[in-house]
Amino acid sequence: MIEQSGTIASQAAPAGRTPVVLSLTDAELRRGERVLWSGLDLELRRGEFIAVLGPNGSGKTSLLHAILGQLPLSAGALLIDGRAPRRGSDLIGYIPQQRALAPHTPLRARDLVRLGVDGHRWGLPLGGKGLRRRIDDLLTEVGAHEYADMPLGLLSGGEQQRVRIAQALATDPALLLCDEPLLSLDPHHQHAIVDLLDRRRRAHGTAVLFVTHELNPVLPLVDRVLYLAGGRFRVGTPDEVMRSSVLSELYGGLVEVIRARGRYVIVGAPTPHHPDPAGGVQP
Amino acid sequence: MSPDIWHQIFNYDDYGQLLALVANSIIAAAVLGVVGGLISTFVMMRDLAFAVHGIAELSFAGAAAALLLGVNVVAGSLAGSVLAAVVIGALGVRVRDRNSAIGVLMPFGLGLGVLFLSLYKGRAANKFGLLTGQIVAVDTPQTAWLIGVSVVVLLVLAVIWRPLTLASLDPDVAAARGVPVRALSPVFTLVLGLAVATTIQIVGALLVLALVVTPAAAATRVTASPRLIPLLSVLFAVTSVVGGILIALGSSIPISPYVTTIAFVIYLTCRAVGAVRTRNGWARRPSAAVAG
Repeated sequence: MIEQSGTIASQAAPAGRTPVVLSLTDAELRRGERVLWSGLDLELRRGEFIAVLGPNGSGKTSLLHAILGQLPLSAGALLIDGRAPRRGSDLIGYIPQQRALAPHTPLRARDLVRLGVDGHRWGLPLGGKGLRRRIDDLLTEVGAHEYADMPLGLLSGGEQQRVRIAQALATDPALLLCDEPLLSLDPHHQHAIVDLLDRRRRAHGTAVLFVTHELNPVLPLVDRVLYLAGGRFRVGTPDEVMRSSVLSELYGGLVEVIRARGRYVIVGAPTPHHPDPAGGVQP
Repeated sequence: MSPDIWHQIFNYDDYGQLLALVANSIIAAAVLGVVGGLISTFVMMRDLAFAVHGIAELSFAGAAAALLLGVNVVAGSLAGSVLAAVVIGALGVRVRDRNSAIGVLMPFGLGLGVLFLSLYKGRAANKFGLLTGQIVAVDTPQTAWLIGVSVVVLLVLAVIWRPLTLASLDPDVAAARGVPVRALSPVFTLVLGLAVATTIQIVGALLVLALVVTPAAAATRVTASPRLIPLLSVLFAVTSVVGGILIALGSSIPISPYVTTIAFVIYLTCRAVGAVRTRNGWARRPSAAVAG
């Protein structure tokens, strides 16, 4: 619950004494008759950065919903900081898949961050100087202070994403869940967002679980990869997982991983034929 | 137009006496303006303008039935509204389902209302008032009803304000933060139903949108501050409805054209101000470099 200050995670998979933030033991998740994944063992330690890759429908977003306490596992155990997951936990920051904002959304950047601080509490939004300073600090940390008072609808996709990260960090979480945070961003902004998360986890020890289809902006910075496909999975460093032999086994067919100039290209992965079963929550 | 017709429409000869007669209506209208202005901010956030229209038609049917049966019209109107809110809540959670459900419900409610009115043998002004608004109908016991229901609406809004804002603007984050997103939706629809039922008593079923949608739609054009929007929205709604009544007093036509015209002019002004602001650099950053 209480963060230990001064711990700085190393880039290699932190081993040994670093506290475990998230642990999955022989975990299985079903949606109806379909098993999304089973036998999943995963430990995420403080300051660790892990990318969750895989085709649509492989259960990436469902994994996030399970961690958030919104979907119960069908078997196995899931612990957040040693305890069962529960809704509304301050230990977890969540950046859901970005949805298009109405141009006249009645919020400024700072108001979105504020919703992360106290939007879940009952009552009227009164607030004092302390709250304002806290919001300013959060916006400064993500480099969004300059447009703190701008209407959200007038910000670019990359700017909105920074503000959403500030919102997710509002409770100083031990674990940050990001669902496709690079979607519809250009490469420049993709790198900026990944760098921002990388800095955060090094400075504050926030573990980052990053669901993405965009391999190349994240793979150079992550400690490990969790690759989900066809009901199977593989966990390891990018070099261990991003191989033709490994992915061919996961997909159950010939898949080739090509590495060129530090970039990965996956060729021959079957095209996804079912949408991700875990859709968003209806308003 | 000849002076004769003008005199028929506008006649402010006995304005002072009239004003004293309708003091209750003006108080009720001001309270409804506050309710309409506040609730319209959530109607905008949740994209519920069409639902407001659907609730209004069923509320009208309820009021017409009450008129026919000789019972309290506000109670009938409330019953219709609550029924509409429950049906809309039950039929469609998704926006697309919801809109088609409302589209089906609305003409049915209006048809029922017309049926009840045609069976009603009382004063014609009572009938017409339900659709297009009236002042005289608001006598003291009704005023008490209107204010009582309005206070309930305001109290519930005050309690659910923050989680409702989060759930309306970002349901995924709201659910992750432990906000009961699914429970808040019917609670809000119910509160909206109460607000619509009371607003109908003054502006009529056909023109409720002028008080429950237009004010916040105008306010969001000129500001994005979640504190200023409700304040401006309340100011706009109260100005429209009280201003409309004050003008309509000396006139032979119903109050609704005045209320809707004031609301519309406010909206157009806000759009123009917003357009100028956007062009003149609302989007401009303090420093020239546009960081991403």
